[in-house]
Amino acid sequence: MNKKSNALQYHLMLAPGMLFIIIFGLVPLFGIAIAFQDFIPVKGISGSKWVGLDNFIYMFQLDDSKRILFNTLYISILKMLMQVIVPVGTALLLHELIFNRAKRWFQTIIYLPHFLSWVILAGILTDMLSEQGIVNKLVKGVFGQPVFFLGSNFWFPIVVVLSDVWKEFGFNAIIFLAALTAINPALYEAAEIDGAGRLRKMWSVTLPGILPTIVLITTLNIGQVLNAGFDQIYNLYNPLVYQSGDIIDTYVYRIGLVQYQFGLATAVGSMKSLVGFILIFVSYRLAAKYANYRIF
Amino acid sequence: MLPSAKQRIKTADILLLLLMLFITLLCLLPLVYIISLSLSGKSAAAAGKVTLFPVDFTFYSYKYMLSDHRFFEAFGVSVKRVLLGGAINFVLTILMAFPLAKERSEFKSRNLYIWVIVFTMMFNGGLIPWYMVIKNLHLIDTLWALTLPTAVPIFNVILLMNFFRNLPKEISEAATVDGAGPWRMLLTISVPLAMPAIATVTLFSVVNHWNAFFDGMILMNKQSNIPLQTYIQQLVVQPVISSTTRAEDLINFSQRTFNAAKIVVTMLPILVIYPFLQKYFVSGITLGSVKE
Repeated sequence: MNKKSNALQYHLMLAPGMLFIIIFGLVPLFGIAIAFQDFIPVKGISGSKWVGLDNFIYMFQLDDSKRILFNTLYISILKMLMQVIVPVGTALLLHELIFNRAKRWFQTIIYLPHFLSWVILAGILTDMLSEQGIVNKLVKGVFGQPVFFLGSNFWFPIVVVLSDVWKEFGFNAIIFLAALTAINPALYEAAEIDGAGRLRKMWSVTLPGILPTIVLITTLNIGQVLNAGFDQIYNLYNPLVYQSGDIIDTYVYRIGLVQYQFGLATAVGSMKSLVGFILIFVSYRLAAKYANYRIF
Repeated sequence: MLPSAKQRIKTADILLLLLMLFITLLCLLPLVYIISLSLSGKSAAAAGKVTLFPVDFTFYSYKYMLSDHRFFEAFGVSVKRVLLGGAINFVLTILMAFPLAKERSEFKSRNLYIWVIVFTMMFNGGLIPWYMVIKNLHLIDTLWALTLPTAVPIFNVILLMNFFRNLPKEISEAATVDGAGPWRMLLTISVPLAMPAIATVTLFSVVNHWNAFFDGMILMNKQSNIPLQTYIQQLVVQPVISSTTRAEDLINFSQRTFNAAKIVVTMLPILVIYPFLQKYFVSGITLGSVKE
């Protein structure tokens, strides 16, 4: 009897939050209908003409589609690799550091960029990489010529990946650091008795110790592979680099809210959502199977 | 490897310290650069002379900023948004995480709720349907458009839920025996015990509200309603000197140093609250995310 009244209280606690989740999370799902319409806002979903799969067929015929899919995958896979390698490296270095005060300071500072917005960072980057900026001052000093980093299809993806690493590596290192502290110290002692030096211990004890975490993070990242980072790219790019920088999200924004092709934008968006959903589902299953991870 | 005080300091340790120092400075350099730029004179900035220290030190950009009423309007919108949105997030995150942290045996519907929540986190209708829902609710151009769609930060709910789950069961059992109901348990036991985790998720949600620019860009039509990041974003994307700029000002400042000053002021609140809250979030996120 007590349990029942408790459950009622729990439902009450959840009610306000669930209301918002339903309104802003579930109700928009019905809007996917737009993807099957020649949608005209004033007529609404009920008044607009149904066109079946036309938007989807058009999407696959579009020359842009392949390029955008390629850019999205290319940028996000590069980011994914870098966001494992650099944070793991940083965590290992921090772990080896014997100066505790300095260690704490370093940790505090390397998390900081994570909390700054891409608007701010894009503002800073745009200036640094401009012709008068600090980076080009160096480049000019060495090569004699400035480089237009944000206007070149070669440099743009590189800038995107490197600036993403710069912003997030410290924050991502937390997870690996946490995994490192969980390694049994007895293993190090045993390795020492067997004559292992510092590098050997790092290679044979530390790395295998955090391998499960590395596998877990990588697996979970697979689900995010279609998210190449809207905020970052939207704030950094310009028409000169649409060729190399346009990703699914920026494209949906442009054709939807700038060019008002609502049906097409929703078709592209819902396709992305569907594929992303499947990928996340699969990656969570893999994580549960191989890394013994459950989100709840 | 736990370092002991007696451990000998070797050359390798010094090199490692220097390497980490270099990496750490690399994180700070762009911020130092933009601050220097905002404090530099116009001609020095235009000539690209500014590196890590201001050249021709001047507060002119900041003084000029005081006359930019749009900046302050946008700043005000952002402050209101953080206070209202942060408060909504704070209450709802706690209210949702607590019952969801219960075992299924205590709360049968738990798994159903979890599935709905995780489903909406992973699968959504996309930009256009989302926009239309907000438009149909007549939230456009109101503060609610910026605060209600993000009322439940699902990621934070899951973090806090995991934290609640790791609290010792004995405490809540003892409280139940003493006759405490769910609300009393939540307010007098779980919340005080979870302060580090709550501080962490609050930091996350406040920072998210402060940093968001996109919703301000598409959901707010009137210039006076846009939040600070959206305003800064407009400066970055369309850097035009406004027609109201007076000629004598142009002699003294450049758009570049002026924008730098705005960027500095925009990131200032984060830099100010960060040291106070960061000591919590390491333990908060570690306990919430890594489960044994």
